[in-house]
Amino acid sequence: MIYREAGQFFTSYAQDRQLLPLRQDRIGMAVMLLVAAVAVPYLASDYWLSAILIPWLILALVALGQNILMGYAGQLSLGSAGFMAVGAFACYNLILRVPGIPFLGAVALSGLCAAAVGIVFGLPSLRIRGLYLAVATLASQFFIVWALDKFGWFKNYDTSGVVTAQHIVILGHRFSAPWEKYLVILGIVAALTLAAKNMARGSTGRAWMAVRDMDVAAEAMGLSLLRTKLQAFAISSFYCGVGGALFAFAYLQTVEPSAFNIELSFRILFMVIIGGIGTILGCFLGAGFILLMPVFLNTLFHAFLGKAIDSSVASALEQVIFGVLIIVFLIVEPLGLARLWQLTKERLRLWPFQH
Amino acid sequence: MSTVASLSSPQRAFPIGAPILELNSISLRFGGVKALTDISFNVLEHEVRAIIGPNGAGKSSMLNVINGVYVPQEGSIAFRGERLTGVGMTPTRAAHLGIARTFQNIALYRGMSVLDNIMAGRNLRMHASFLEVALQLPRARREESEHREKAEEIIEFLEIEHIRKTPVKRLPYGLQKRVELGRALAAEPKILLLDEPMAGMNIEEKQDMCRFILDVNDHYGTTVVLIEHDMGVVMDLSDRVVVLDYGKKIGDGPPDEVRANPDVINAYLGVAH
Amino acid sequence: MAFFVEVLVGGLLAGVMYALVALGFVLIYKASSVFNFAQGAMVFFAVLSFVGFMELGLPFWAALPVTVVLMVAVGMLTERLVLRPLVNQSEDTLLMATIGLTFVIEGVAQLAWGVDVRRLDLGIRDEPIGWLMDATGVLISQLDITAGVVAGVMVASLALLFSRTKIGRGLRAVADDHAAALSIGIPLKHIWALVWATAGVVALVAGMLWGARSGVQFALTFTALKALPVLIIGGFTSVPGVIVAGLIVGAAEKLAEVYIGPSVGGGIEGWLPYVLAVLFLLVRPEGLFGEKIIRRV
Repeated sequence: MIYREAGQFFTSYAQDRQLLPLRQDRIGMAVMLLVAAVAVPYLASDYWLSAILIPWLILALVALGQNILMGYAGQLSLGSAGFMAVGAFACYNLILRVPGIPFLGAVALSGLCAAAVGIVFGLPSLRIRGLYLAVATLASQFFIVWALDKFGWFKNYDTSGVVTAQHIVILGHRFSAPWEKYLVILGIVAALTLAAKNMARGSTGRAWMAVRDMDVAAEAMGLSLLRTKLQAFAISSFYCGVGGALFAFAYLQTVEPSAFNIELSFRILFMVIIGGIGTILGCFLGAGFILLMPVFLNTLFHAFLGKAIDSSVASALEQVIFGVLIIVFLIVEPLGLARLWQLTKERLRLWPFQH
Repeated sequence: MSTVASLSSPQRAFPIGAPILELNSISLRFGGVKALTDISFNVLEHEVRAIIGPNGAGKSSMLNVINGVYVPQEGSIAFRGERLTGVGMTPTRAAHLGIARTFQNIALYRGMSVLDNIMAGRNLRMHASFLEVALQLPRARREESEHREKAEEIIEFLEIEHIRKTPVKRLPYGLQKRVELGRALAAEPKILLLDEPMAGMNIEEKQDMCRFILDVNDHYGTTVVLIEHDMGVVMDLSDRVVVLDYGKKIGDGPPDEVRANPDVINAYLGVAH
Repeated sequence: MAFFVEVLVGGLLAGVMYALVALGFVLIYKASSVFNFAQGAMVFFAVLSFVGFMELGLPFWAALPVTVVLMVAVGMLTERLVLRPLVNQSEDTLLMATIGLTFVIEGVAQLAWGVDVRRLDLGIRDEPIGWLMDATGVLISQLDITAGVVAGVMVASLALLFSRTKIGRGLRAVADDHAAALSIGIPLKHIWALVWATAGVVALVAGMLWGARSGVQFALTFTALKALPVLIIGGFTSVPGVIVAGLIVGAAEKLAEVYIGPSVGGGIEGWLPYVLAVLFLLVRPEGLFGEKIIRRV
């Protein structure tokens, strides 16, 4: 009864195209953003901000990049962590070697570096598809991490083994408290999410999906397969690169290749699958799910067994549960949590009626 | 069987003009299989040209050569009198020249809605870069609305308003074929290539499709090249017909002439060669 | 020159080992058109269980059949719970499901048998054979020879199975089109059981040879990932291609590591096979011996 669209009519195509056509949605989004920007930093504990919310936003951003490549452009990728690494190291080196570079500028440039690398490793996609492309992305993952590790220049020849990320300084103010970092990340992620949504709904997204669904017809329509695929790789890698830079600077506080290993790539993949492939909301839902699952498991064990479980057992159990969930989701709801949410909303529209 | 009022009206909005497409000595081989052998014919501007022939005659291959999906080993294509040199015809070049097509096995973008499929067809006319789209800069917004208007015109023309937001994979076969026609029309093509546009349709659907094709040819002057099996449709719709059999041309001319051609009759009745 | 030959032989032998793992992939793919990403995890699980059963007290020749039965069970469960529900989905979906399966199997392996590294003694020595080394300077051990022979036998018999026998034809039919195969009376369930049983045995054999060489540890799963480039270079559908590709990958990897490695700090083996595979794909998308993919418009 509340969530009805009766009475809301559109009189122009522009209105029809709005991001949030229903008034209820607009109010809901405004409230959510308000809460996120004001209430959360004020009320949430440092632990929640540093260990949950910040990585959630960052990983959702990377999942967004992965989703652009997999969901919209239909190119299977197992190398997202590699591009994150490029972003992280680019940011570190930019801040190190370019005196006075603004942080946000460095982050943007890091994204561009990752985009450039993405284009190079995306070139094979013109000839290869499906499973074969997945293996090609593995090549990028392993090679990038190896290169960043082997060539000391990237780490500024640091021999201590742990490279510390510099501080986040914007307009002279150092953003070091968790809530400050949270706000910076919230701003970046919100802006990039909006950009992604716009692209997905516009001519860019249509071009991607056309090439994904029927490349022969897309070509016959005048779309350049080369440009479209490489564009998808570039934009996707940009998002992963920015995510990687933020991951290193706002979460880990260190810049090391080993943090961006194949396991992270798999986790990102899982976020996209469980969250909902080809949806923006899915990235956030999936990231939240994957992040919170270990916390949830631990709490469960505490409650049932009264004691903490051995960490190796915990991680093995986590592995099994993630694997099972992937399979279950692929069988039961391949469109993921986002689709479940959509079905709920549709029920709400009809509530209290059945149909 | 006549499915549509005959095309005998003397006043055409777009009188048939000079050759817009010329195919000269096209030969196409796949390994040892000769799909097309020394085919030459032309397509006049504003006409409706049918390509007919028994199964396996090479009709789809012919269409694929026209829009560059297949590259013939011999022969050349000329567009508006100018011979295409260099790499010849490619699908992208064909699109830029104003050739649009539909496919035998429906090549719609299954993940998108009807409206999005048709909007996708406008892509050559949309120039906003991804950055403009991402930031929703004025040019991107304006283009989206402008081209939406044009897409809606096509939707209205094809009478598919009620399904414009439906994902195409949920549509029945006949409607999918109509949407595919709409996507091709969205490009405002000079030449429309239709590969069996009425395959698998019942009488009503065929009548609708014929009406649409004739309207397109009549109102917009679009040259139409279509592959079709239904003889009644071919006789009624087309100005001239090309007949293929085993990759060779065995007939070329107005429908009545072709129908009386003994070679054509033999091919369809299966007389041994 | 002698050094080169030595490194080359070492690489070829490593390649044989990769081929053994890749064989399981090809088997499943040929028989069901499914790319079983979890094959590497299955290799690990198979040999870990084998060692585990022996630790529980079973003698060698009892643990072996028990493990085989276990692997067959795993295979059938996989087919029933993972593949059958997804039978008409896209290749990508199936791949992702088998990635999920990988995690399940790896997790279960660790939960069941723990994370300690195990030693596996097959009674086959792994030191270079003395007289051979003295005579030619080449380092080959009994284990290497065993691995080579075993690989050769398996490849030959599987190749023959697929091309010459009725069962092999049935397997290929099923892989192509389930419904059609069923409609001409091919016993689908029996075929599945056979395929997974064979893949399980192949996994166990590969695992045993690997385990005897490097110990039974989780790192085995990463080695198994190397089977992917082997498959790509050989072609997903070719049993003999697996051996050839395995040899190529093994040799290239070792040679690169020895000759180029020192100038860049080593570690090339981690990514070279994959980059090699990509380059191969650009030139021959279907692999050396794979079937050409034709798309009709």
